[in-house]
Formats: sequence, C-alpha cells, structure tokens
Amino acid sequence: MPKIIAFIDGSTYSQSVIDHAAWVATTIGASVDVVHVIGRRETTSMPVSLSGNLEAGAQETLLEELAEHDREKARLSRQRGRLLVDDGVARLLAAGATQAHARLRHGDIVEAVQELEADADLVLIGKRGEAADFAKMHLGSNLERVVRSSRKPVLVASRKFKPIRRFLIAYDGGPSVLKAIDTIANGTLFRGMPCHMVLAGKDTPEARGKVEASANTLRASGYEVEIHIEEGPPEEVIARHAEADHIDLLVMGAYGHSRVRSFIIGSTTSEMIRSVLIPVMLFR
Amino acid sequence: MIEFMGRMRSEWFGNVRADVLAGLVVALALIPEAIAFSIIAGVDPKIGLYASFSIAVLIAFVGGRPGMISAATAATAVLMVTLVRDHGLQYLLAATVLAGLLQIGAGLLKLGYVMRFVSKSVMTGFVNALAILIFMAQLPELTNVTWLTYVMVAVGLAIIYLVPRLTKAVPSPLICIIVLTAISVVFNFDLRTVGDMGELPSTLPVFMIPQIPLTLETLMIILPYSAAVAVVGLLESLMTATIVDDLTDTKSDKNQECIGQGIANTATGFIGGMAGCAMIGQSIINVKSGGRGRLSTFLAGAFLLFLILVLGDFVRVIPMAALVAIMIMVSIGTFSWSSIRNLTTHPRSSSIVMLATVASVVYTHNLAIGVLVGVLLSGIFFAWKIAQIFRVTSTLSDDGRERTYRVEGQIFFASVDDFTAAFDFKEAIDKVTIDVTHAHIWDISSVQALDMIILKFRREGAEAEVVGMNEASETIVDRLAIHDKPGALERLMGH
Repeated sequence: MPKIIAFIDGSTYSQSVIDHAAWVATTIGASVDVVHVIGRRETTSMPVSLSGNLEAGAQETLLEELAEHDREKARLSRQRGRLLVDDGVARLLAAGATQAHARLRHGDIVEAVQELEADADLVLIGKRGEAADFAKMHLGSNLERVVRSSRKPVLVASRKFKPIRRFLIAYDGGPSVLKAIDTIANGTLFRGMPCHMVLAGKDTPEARGKVEASANTLRASGYEVEIHIEEGPPEEVIARHAEADHIDLLVMGAYGHSRVRSFIIGSTTSEMIRSVLIPVMLFR
Repeated sequence: MIEFMGRMRSEWFGNVRADVLAGLVVALALIPEAIAFSIIAGVDPKIGLYASFSIAVLIAFVGGRPGMISAATAATAVLMVTLVRDHGLQYLLAATVLAGLLQIGAGLLKLGYVMRFVSKSVMTGFVNALAILIFMAQLPELTNVTWLTYVMVAVGLAIIYLVPRLTKAVPSPLICIIVLTAISVVFNFDLRTVGDMGELPSTLPVFMIPQIPLTLETLMIILPYSAAVAVVGLLESLMTATIVDDLTDTKSDKNQECIGQGIANTATGFIGGMAGCAMIGQSIINVKSGGRGRLSTFLAGAFLLFLILVLGDFVRVIPMAALVAIMIMVSIGTFSWSSIRNLTTHPRSSSIVMLATVASVVYTHNLAIGVLVGVLLSGIFFAWKIAQIFRVTSTLSDDGRERTYRVEGQIFFASVDDFTAAFDFKEAIDKVTIDVTHAHIWDISSVQALDMIILKFRREGAEAEVVGMNEASETIVDRLAIHDKPGALERLMGH
C-alpha cells in the first residue's frame, strides 16, 4: 500500500492539505500519516526581573522559574497539536480513506520530513504556513527547505482544494521533470485526466522533438496530451496557460539550482509556486 | 547560506526588546565588576573597562553561545597579579594576546571535548572557589578602614537585597551606587573612591602593540601566565555556556566558543585591555533580565563604554564601598549554597573532590590548579570504585585434586592486589584452572599479575592453566575508536 505523509500546522492551509490527502488516498488507495510538528519551543524571554542582583542560589531559582514558564506553553502546544492531527485523521476517514494515522513530533519540520519520509511515496505540505505573511505574497519559509531536503515528490497544497480534472506539466527538459513524467506514466493518480505539457522557450524543431518524445511516453500509458510551446518567462507562460486551460494541478521539477544561486537571482521554482493559484507537485 | 543568515538573524534580532533592556541592566552591573577586577589585577580601572567593552562586543559576533556575557573576570584577573607586579602592564597585555592565541588553538583542536573529564563535583568546586576568590579580593577594601566604610557597605547590601522586593523594574545595584555616592558626596565623607584607584577611560580604546622585547625570555615570562589564563578562561566559559544552555534550554557550539574567546582576548590585548572570559553571575543576570540573543551581549559592552565615557566624572566619585557591596552580592550569588547542604547527602568521594578543588584554589589563587586537582582526584576515586567490581569464585573437583577459579569483572592496576589475594596458594592440589573468559583485563598490570599467579602455583607444584585468555585480553583497549568496528562493543560486553 502506498503511503503519503501530510504535514499540517493549524493554518488555513491545513484543511486543504487534508482534502488533498483525501483525494490522493482515495484515488490510489494510500495510507496517510497526518503529522504535526511542534516547532522548536521558543523558551520564554520574558524578563523574570530587571533587578540586576544575584540572590543566594540565583541559578537554581531562575532555572525553576523559566522551566515553569516553558512547561505551561509546551503543554498547550502539545494539546493543540493533538487536536489538529486527530481532527485531520477523522476527516480523512470520513472522506473515505482506509488508513490514516495521527503523529505528533517535536523539532524542526525539515528534520521531521527526513525522518518520516523514508517509507513514504509522497509528501504533502501547505503552500504557506502559520507564520507566513500573506500581504507580501511570501511562500511559507519552510516550503523551500522541505522541498530541497526531501527525496520524495512533494505535493504543495493550494489554499482551497478543488477536484483535480486536468493537469499541466511544466516541461524544461531537466532530469527532474523527466522523472516526474516517468512516475506519472507508471502511476494511477492522474489516470484518465487530460494533460497539458507546456514549454516556455523557443519553438525549435529540436525542442519540439524532446517534448513530443516525453508526450509519447505518457500517450503510451493512455494519457491524452496537448503540447504548447511559447516564448517568455516560465512563470508567466505557465501561469497564463494554467488559467486559460482551467488546469487544476501543476507538475514540475524543483530547485535545480544551488541555494547560493537562487539566493542571488531568485528561484524559478519559488516564483512559479507563487504565481499559480493551484496545487503544485514537485519532483527533484 | 540562507540557513546561516537565518540563524544569524534570529540569534541577533530574534528578541530585540528584551535584549536591549537586558543589555542595559548587564552593562550597569559590568561597570563595578570591571573596575573591581582591574583593582584585583593591580592595574588602572580603564584596563578592565576597555577589556569588558571589547570582549563583550567581540564575543557577541564570534562566540558560540548567544546570550552569554563575557568580560574582564575575577577568575583571570587573580592569575595576573604577580605578572603585573613584577613586570608591569605591557607584559599583561602581551600575555592577554598570547592567551587568546592559545585559546584559538584549543578551539581549532576541538579541546572542548576534554571538558567531559571535568565532573559535576569539580565544577561545583570551581564555582565555589570563584565566589570565595571574589569575596577575598574585597578584603583589602575592608581592612584598616574606618567604621564608616562598614556602615556604607551594609547600607549598600541592604539596598541591593531589599529594593527588588519593592520593584523589579530597576536594577538594585544601580540604586546602591547612586544612593551611596549621593550620601558620600553630600556629607563629604572621607571615603576611598573609584577615582583613587587609578585612571578611567576618557577616549575610545585605540590599537596599540604591547611594548615588550620580542625575545624568548619574554615568552618564557608570559607563557605560564597565558597558559593559566587560557585554561581558566575556557573552563569558566564552557561551564557558563552549559549553565546558559540549561537555563534557556537551547544548544551552544562549544568549539566555536573556545575560538571566539580566543579571538576576543587576542584583540583585547591589542587595544589595551586585560584578558577575560565568560562570567557566570553576569550571564545569569542577563538571562534573568530576558536577554537571549547576541544583541544583549553586544549592547552590554557598547552601553558599558558609552556610560563610562559620558559619566566619567560621576564614576570617579563612586565610593569603593558601593563596589564592595556589589561584589559581595556577586560572590554570594555565584556560590553554590546547595552544595553545602549536599555535603551530607552526596557520596563522600564527590564531596572530597569538591572541597579539594576549593581548597587548592584558595591556597594557590589559581583556578586551573584547582580543576587539575579535582579532575585527578575524581579519576582516582573512579578507578577505586571500579576496582571493586570484580569477583573470583572457585570450585574444587570431586576428587579434591583440581580447583577451577572463575574470574569475573574489572582487572586493572587498581584491582590487581585484590585479584592476586583471591587465590589460595597454600592449598595442595594437582591442577589449577583459571577461567578469565568473563574478566575484563584492562592493562599490562593485570596481565603481569596473572603471569605471577600461574608462576606461584607452579612453584607449589601444581599444574596451572589459563582458560579464555584470548577473549579477556581483547579488552585491553588502547584505541578509543573501538566502537567503529562492528560488534566490538558486543564482544567487549560479552565477557
């Protein structure tokens, strides 16, 4: 039985992550682990006192007071996390998933992904998290870290789940997207859905030949594939097509460039996830 | 890279409001300490004040433990007294630079690892000895003085301990300084003031190279001091880092801290400051005031110099009694009072280690020697305890002619005497079998002891045989890396 891991954090995206998980689970008959990571507990930095003096046994007293502060906070975030995952599991089962498990972990989300993904086939995460700032169109700060560290395909859930009927493959000829095409050709998740394959670049016979070859891989598995080749910045071309053709899900290769490079010139992947309003499935 | 920038951002600006407040509180508390520690070392207050500024500011950037406060300290100051007295300030500055370089070396060699040999009892002894040293350093200010000084110190202590019961929003040591200074100025008391103790900074520190002859002789003079300062500085810093780790429930990079302390000291020597290290008391005050980030350490140093430069004239008239009161508070706050209570409940060996550490520091005024004594004693006590974990059982064959000795447990230099004594050489038998399959033979002493036992049996005319020697001697482990080999531990524990 394939297995997916859905990460939720209590933000507005959590609902959508669960809905996406339900779609995948019911389509391919997967079991779902619903995971909430209780982030690194920020220890209190409330001044205990500004008195600047040291009474006898200052260290022990201070340790006790700080531990007391933290205990209360930790208890609350654990209770909240438990409610979140239990609720997620209940909704998955109600939606028809056969197997769903609740898991609660401490630490950093990237560590949790690395530890849990080993026996999973897909990682699910919301486009933005609790801490992200909507006004600035920021992506969740954890999203890129998770995608970069994960060895499994990552499905990035959009704000609200819509039934998936058509999907688009952002074709760039890289090894990641070829892997994506292979996985889709052999899998059942997108079976029967029309596929649009879009290449942002010059329409040369060579480019077209490559796209055709990939399209034929999919066609051989019974997919109906439409090819578009158009010049322009990838994120704009893809976003335009996604909107015009009522695409419900975008598939692409992720973060082909080094961190340093994307730090300086920005990452196409992040740009793309930001500019489309639909879920994105990333392959590395 | 993004990861690193993100970490730096949170370590610097993750807690701005509380860090600013805490930095200010700490700066106010650093001033009297820096002055007091300069006086301990026998140099002008400006040497300690420059040092505290520069160490705090630099360690904020290069240290491995955000939120820990480093500055001129008592632990390092007491080590340099004779150097200053015999050779003067320039040698102190050179020794500071060298101590820093030694610390950088220790950090690069990852010697923070050695800290694991410093047991809890030794640490407690270190802390207690430090508290006693700080207190003893105040004694010159309390001997051969008028009754007025005692009254002032008593009033100061009363303010420090009682004001926080009324308000926790204002640092009580600051109130102590202001009130005592006001009293002494208004009544024109004839008391010793900070101004009497030497020169205060009037400008920002400037870069200068210590004026010493660059000869081997100079090196031989400063090296012992530098080495002691480097060791003590790292010990107190790593110990304080552990305390801050525990208080804030976060991790620190101990090797980075070693290198950071080294960089801070090296640079400090070049701007005319004395060597320092992390401060237990100040770091606790910082955490208590809400300081968590590098910003709090940086601001503690920056505020310190700013206050001194702006308020120099005020600082000059502060009566020494006010500083003495504050230092008594630091000493009381640093001392581990629970360790006295624990003397009755903890194992006697750990109490002896703690007391021996304290005693040797108080006697030598050198915390490094105290720690060395403590570590050696704990090692001996540990060996002594482990030496008791062994057993020799024996069975006589039915015909009474053969005896089999079964040896189990730890056989090493400390247990060979008991080991040898466990055999009965008077018994007249034909054959002796010594089964060492389940013994841990740790060293050559035990191998030799075994040889001697066999020889003795032979002399009595018995035929002696050792069984399981190969398995047992595998436990002579000289390389620490045995855990790298698969199954090594199982083989070792299987005996």
